[in-house]
Amino acid sequence: MINAEGLTKFYGTQCAVDNISLNIERGEIVGLLGPNGAGKTTTLRMLTGFLMPSSGSIRIKDIDIDENPLKVKGLIGYLSEAAPLYNEMLAFDYLRFVAEIRGIEKGRIDSRLKHVADLCGINEAMHKPIGTLSKGYKQRVGLAHAMIDDPEILILDEPTSGLDPNQIVEIRDIIREIGKEKTVILSTHILTEAEATCDRIIIINRGKIVADEGIDTLKGRMGKEFLINISLKNALFDNVREVLSSISGVTGVTLGGVDQDLLKVSIHCGSDRDLREEIYKEIKKQTWILMEFYHEAQTLEKVFRDLTREN
Amino acid sequence: MNKCWNIFKKEFRAYFVSPIAYIVIAIFLLVTGWFFFTTFFLYNQADMRNFFTLLPLVFAFIVPAITMRLFSEELNTGSYEILLTMPVTFTSVVIGKFMAAVGFIISMLVPTISYPIFISFVGKLDWGPVIAGYIGAIMLGAAFSAVGIFSSSITRNQIIAFITGTAICFALTLVERIMFFVPSSLVTVIEYLGANVHFQNVAKGVIDSRDILYFVSVSFIALYGANLVIQRKN
Repeated sequence: MINAEGLTKFYGTQCAVDNISLNIERGEIVGLLGPNGAGKTTTLRMLTGFLMPSSGSIRIKDIDIDENPLKVKGLIGYLSEAAPLYNEMLAFDYLRFVAEIRGIEKGRIDSRLKHVADLCGINEAMHKPIGTLSKGYKQRVGLAHAMIDDPEILILDEPTSGLDPNQIVEIRDIIREIGKEKTVILSTHILTEAEATCDRIIIINRGKIVADEGIDTLKGRMGKEFLINISLKNALFDNVREVLSSISGVTGVTLGGVDQDLLKVSIHCGSDRDLREEIYKEIKKQTWILMEFYHEAQTLEKVFRDLTREN
Repeated sequence: MNKCWNIFKKEFRAYFVSPIAYIVIAIFLLVTGWFFFTTFFLYNQADMRNFFTLLPLVFAFIVPAITMRLFSEELNTGSYEILLTMPVTFTSVVIGKFMAAVGFIISMLVPTISYPIFISFVGKLDWGPVIAGYIGAIMLGAAFSAVGIFSSSITRNQIIAFITGTAICFALTLVERIMFFVPSSLVTVIEYLGANVHFQNVAKGVIDSRDILYFVSVSFIALYGANLVIQRKN
């Protein structure tokens, strides 16, 4: 559906996107993750045809974006980052204008408007100037704009930014729903969001792809390492470290903090084996009093940090 | 072409949604009306010549004020990203906006038709030069709009767009006044560049293809420039 080969974009001498290749199939929901300034927005803008890549090619549904930009733009619904809209226009007029430009036949415009207004929950905002709407409603109008002619591809740049938690859940549901038949690419820096909505995650750092895998593989990668946090009374850290380090599979024991007589310790486990039992048995042999014992799976955040950490 | 029409409708409506349109029209009518009628009874002639003599200077101010927001605002708020990710070409966007500006200028000129109507009551008015004058005014307005759109496309700051536009329109209007300092070999060239000369020819009632060609080429060059600038931005 979307094929990009060797996309590179320079702003002056600064390289924002460095030789990125993507291949996205129909019906996939792909999350584009990365720290600020990683090149997410630039990549999306190139895919929409708004920015010309410095080098590389983009083919959408086997149409080269250079050869037929209008056709390609017609296939894509785009929600840009800040959802900049025409502030003085009424939401209704704006969406109508978009519908006309996107070539929806006159007779169908009203029913499409009704449909997207229902879908995005903006019925009560339709007859207000866009400039007076709250951030969340503007975002929804932007989403309605992207979906107005039911495009085959949706490109959403930070679709949930500025929304409250309830709205975030709603928008995610909408995206999931659309993603059943459409191709969706969304960028975000909220990891739980990517986890909740996407089938596949592409992590970009400094203009390069550092990970491109299905959400399950990525989670698998997380499972290998985990942390066990314990809190002990009546124990000295040096003792604890000595005892616990002797267990095979423990790669490190660090002090999490001391709170009065409570000692907080993190145990890093490097093996695939579950070490909880052994650790517990070791603790039981001692005179320590165990106050807390919990297992912390490595989160997507950790993977993300590892992949995008500055060297 | 259909898309030009959509852009035109949106931009034209946008003028009248904001109070700017009414303010600009009021100022235009006030300025032209005042200067025209203070001398009208002194000359004691039933024609509109004074009105049309003054028009290029007034337009050099007013038209860039009308066009300054067309691209600068979009560049500033970032909404041109939305415009350019929709299936429209740069050319239709530029032409649509141009048509809206010209449409606005026409609706600004409409109330001034009351002047010749009023004059025809008090004296014997020759309608020929008046109609030619209005045709000339529309062509002049179109050429200045194109210049204004060009200066709006080069900056995201509306004030800079306005000042640049005014400067170019002024230069085009007043260039004939420097003829005195120009070597005689260049006189015809400079004369041809002046918007005022061409406009006054038309306003006299002589609709010459050279004058029409002048306005068309100024509009074309400026719009083509704006088109290139917008394309260059991405």
